[in-house]
Amino acid sequence: MPTFVDPNTCNACAGEHQGPLCVYICPNDLMVLDVDVNKGLNREPEMCSECYACVKLCPQEAIHVRGYADFVPLGASVQPHRTEDGLTWDVHFRDGREFSFTYPSRTRPAGTVEPYQNFTEQRDADLRNQSLAGESLWLGVPDLPTIK
Amino acid sequence: MATPSTEIVESDILIIGGGMSGCGAAFEANYWGQNLRVVLVEKAVIERSGATGEGLSAINCYMGQRYGWNTPTDFVNYVVNDMMGLAREDLVYDVGRHVDSSVHLLEEWGLPIWKKENGEYERIGRWQIPIHGESIKPVTAEPARTALGPENLYERVAVTHLLTDANDPERIAGALGFSVRENKFYVFKSKAVLITSGGASNVFRPKSINEGTGRTWYSVFATGSAYGLMIPIGTEMTQMEHRFVPTRFKDGYGPVGMWFQYFHAQVLNAMGEDYTVTRDDELRKYEPYGSAVPTPTPLRNHQMFLDIQAGLGPMYMRTDQAMQRLAAGDPAKMDEVRAEAWEDFLDMTISQALTWAALDIAPEDTPSEVVLAEPYIMGSHSGEAGAWVSGPEDLSPPDYFWGYNKMTTIRGLFAAGDGVGAAPHKFSSGSFTEGRLAAKAAVNYVTDNQAAPTLDDAQVKSIQEAIMAPMDTFDRHKGASTAEEVNPNYITPRQGLVRLQKIMDEYAGGTSMAYTTNDATLVRGIHLIELLREDLAHLAARDRHELMRCWELVHRTWVGEAHMRHLLHRKETRWPGYYYRADYPKLDDENWRVFVNSKYNAANNSWDVFTKPYHKIVT
Ligand SMILES: Cc1cc2nc3c(=O)[nH]c(=O)nc-3n(C[C@H](O)[C@H](O)[C@H](O)COP(=O)(O)OP(=O)(O)OC[C@H]3O[C@@H](n4cnc5c(N)ncnc54)[C@H](O)[C@@H]3O)c2cc1C
Ligand code: SF4
Ligand code: SF4
Repeated sequence: MPTFVDPNTCNACAGEHQGPLCVYICPNDLMVLDVDVNKGLNREPEMCSECYACVKLCPQEAIHVRGYADFVPLGASVQPHRTEDGLTWDVHFRDGREFSFTYPSRTRPAGTVEPYQNFTEQRDADLRNQSLAGESLWLGVPDLPTIK
Repeated sequence: MATPSTEIVESDILIIGGGMSGCGAAFEANYWGQNLRVVLVEKAVIERSGATGEGLSAINCYMGQRYGWNTPTDFVNYVVNDMMGLAREDLVYDVGRHVDSSVHLLEEWGLPIWKKENGEYERIGRWQIPIHGESIKPVTAEPARTALGPENLYERVAVTHLLTDANDPERIAGALGFSVRENKFYVFKSKAVLITSGGASNVFRPKSINEGTGRTWYSVFATGSAYGLMIPIGTEMTQMEHRFVPTRFKDGYGPVGMWFQYFHAQVLNAMGEDYTVTRDDELRKYEPYGSAVPTPTPLRNHQMFLDIQAGLGPMYMRTDQAMQRLAAGDPAKMDEVRAEAWEDFLDMTISQALTWAALDIAPEDTPSEVVLAEPYIMGSHSGEAGAWVSGPEDLSPPDYFWGYNKMTTIRGLFAAGDGVGAAPHKFSSGSFTEGRLAAKAAVNYVTDNQAAPTLDDAQVKSIQEAIMAPMDTFDRHKGASTAEEVNPNYITPRQGLVRLQKIMDEYAGGTSMAYTTNDATLVRGIHLIELLREDLAHLAARDRHELMRCWELVHRTWVGEAHMRHLLHRKETRWPGYYYRADYPKLDDENWRVFVNSKYNAANNSWDVFTKPYHKIVT
C-alpha cells in the first residue's frame, strides 16, 4: 500500500485550519482527500517511501502502514504515538511479540527559536571575511582554521 | 484546460529547494543580506521535505574541534582516501572547518544529541555523532522559516527550468516553475540563484519491484533536480560518473554505519567467513588506497561483491553476536542496547523496522541479511557528482577560484549540498553548512552586482508552453485509445521512468549487469537515452501531480545521460565495488587522478567532456 487510511477514524481533519494535514505534509505529494468519501487517500503507493511524515502528523492516528507487498510478509505493524517531546513506537511482530520504544525528538518546544540571538558578526565589516553568522559564539574554537 | 495564471516574483537571492542546504542558505542569507529580498521555493513543505524528512539517527559530519578530536586537515585526508584519491581538497576543508558551528546551532535549536557522562557528545565513529533525530528536519526548518518570513517562502511550487540573462547566457537571471496545487506558473527573476535541490534516486532500476519502488535507499524525493536544472543551461559539472552503491540491510535499506561502528558487528558470509579478512589480498591491487585506514568504502564493497559473485551469500550482519557481546548477560543492559538498535531504524528508516517485525527478527537473536543495492548519484553523502564550483579565496589555487565561494561557472548561480561536485561526505550537517557558505558568498555577489538581470520574454513564454505540454498532450490524444495508459501518441511519466531505469541498469552498469560496463555498451546506452530524451517531448499528464512527475523524469534523465557520458570518458576502474569498466579494469592514478568535467551546449545539443587537474592543497 504502503500508507493506508482507516476510513473509520479519518475525519478529514475537521477543524484543522491548514486542511487535511496528511495532504499538507507529504513530501512526495501523495496524500489527497478522496472527495467522494471525504477521507484521506494515498494516490501513488509505489512512490511512498514510508517516511511516516503523514502518520506522525495525523491527529486521528488514522494512517497506518502495510509493508511493501513485494517483500514484506503480512501481519506486522509499526505505529508511532506523539508524546510531549517525542514519540512512542509500538512494534508488533508477525508472530505476536510486542515491543514499545520511547525516544525524545526535540529539546525545546517548536516556535521558540530566535535565529540570530547574541550574534556579534558585523553585517558590513565581516561580510568579506570567511566567518559565518554566529561563529564567534558557536564554532567552539577561537579561530577559524585556514591553510595559507 | 483554463490558461494558468502567472505570478512574477522578483528577488535578490532565490534559493531553489528547502532541504538541509536550502534551510542553511535561508538562515545565512537573511543574516548578511538584511536589506536584500531572499526567496525560497520548495516543491513540498520544508518541515518534512528532502532527504532528512524522515529523520536521521546520526549526524555524520562533525569534527569536534573543541574537543580536539579532529582538524579539517584530518577530514580532508580521510575523505580523499575514501574517494580513492579524488575530491576537491579546498571544498572539503571548507565544510570541515565550519561544520561544528552548524551542529552546535542545531543543538541550540532543539536537536537532541546523545551525551557521554562528562557532557561531551557521544561518538559512533570518527566523524559521526548519534542523535535522537526523528525531528531533525522540522528543527532545521524553523529558523529558516522565521528568517524568511511567510511572504518569501513559496511551497508546493516545483521548479522546472533555470533562466539565463537575455543578453548574457553565462549569467543567471532566474527560474521557472509551477504550482503543484493551483493552475499557476511562477516566474522567478533574481540576481543570484542557489541550487539546493538535492541528489538523484531512481535513476537506476531498483532491486525492489512494484510497490517497493518507493523504498529507494537515497530518498525517493531526490529527483535529480539540482543536476537537471543546471546541466541544460550549460553549467560545468564534475564527477558525474561517480556513484554510490550502498551496502544496506536487505529490502528496507536500513543503514549499517551504527552496526559497524557503534555495535562493532561483523558481516559474515554463509560459511561464517569475514570477507575483509579472506579477501585482504584484493586490496593490494588498488594501492595506495588499498592500504589506507580505514579501507575506502568502494573497496569494502568490492570485497563483499566478490563473495556474492562466488556464491558465498547470503551475507549476514551478525547483530545477534554484537548485541549479546555488549549486553554480556545483563538483561537491563540488553534493554538499553535493544532500544538503541531499534532507534537507529525508527529515527531514519522506519521501513526496516517494519521489515524486521514482519520477518520476526529480534536482532539480539537473529542476524539480518545485507546486500549491495543499486547505484545512486548524489554529491553530499558518499557520492561526489555535482557542479564545478569556485572554492573560498583563502584556500583555493587560481584555477579553483573565480570570485565567489560555491559559485558555478554561470555567474550568479551558486550550488550547495548534493548540487556541489567533488565535495562528498558533507551529509546533513555539511550540506547545511555548505548552504550557509554559498548564501554568504551570494550576498557578496549581489552587493557587487546590483543590476537586475533581463529576462527574454519570448523564451519565458515558450518554456511555459513546454512546461504545460504534457497536460495538453493528454487532452489532445486521449481519444486515440480506449486505454489511457496505452496510446501511440504519448508515454506516461511512470513508463518513461521505467525506460530510463532499464537503460541505466543494462548499459551503465546496474545491478543486473553486476555493475559492469564498457565503451561499446555505453555508446549504445547513450544512443538509447538520446531517443528517450526525444520522447520526453511526448510525455502525458492527467493532472498537476503527474505533471510534476513528468518534470522529475526530465531531470532524472539529464542525470542518467551525464552519468553515462562521464563513465565513457574515464578510461579506468577507479571505484571497484561501485562500478567496473570491463575494458579498463585497473585503477590508473598516473593518467586519471583528474576530475572529469562536462558542459552541455543547448545551441547544438552537444556535450563537451574534458578533465581538470587535481591540486594537492593539504594532503
Ligand atoms: C536514507 C538516508 C540516510 C541518511 N543518513 C544520514 C545520516 O545518518 N547522517 C547524516 O548526517 N546525513 C545522512 N543523510 C544525508 C543527508 O540527508 C543529505 O546529505 C542532505 O539532506 C543533503 O542536503 P541537500 O540540501 O543537498 O538535499 P535535501 O535535504 O534532499 O533537500 C533538497 C530539497 O529540494 C527540494 N526540491 C527538489 N527538487 C525541487 C524542485 N524541482 N523544485 C523545488 N524544490 C525542489 C526537495 O523537496 C528538498 O526539500 C542521509 C540521507 C538519506 C537519503
Ligand atoms: S491527516 Fe488523518 S484525519 Fe486528517 S485527512 Fe489525513 S488521514 Fe484523515
Ligand atoms: S509515508 Fe511519507 S511518502 Fe508516504 S504518504 Fe506518508 S508522508 Fe507521503
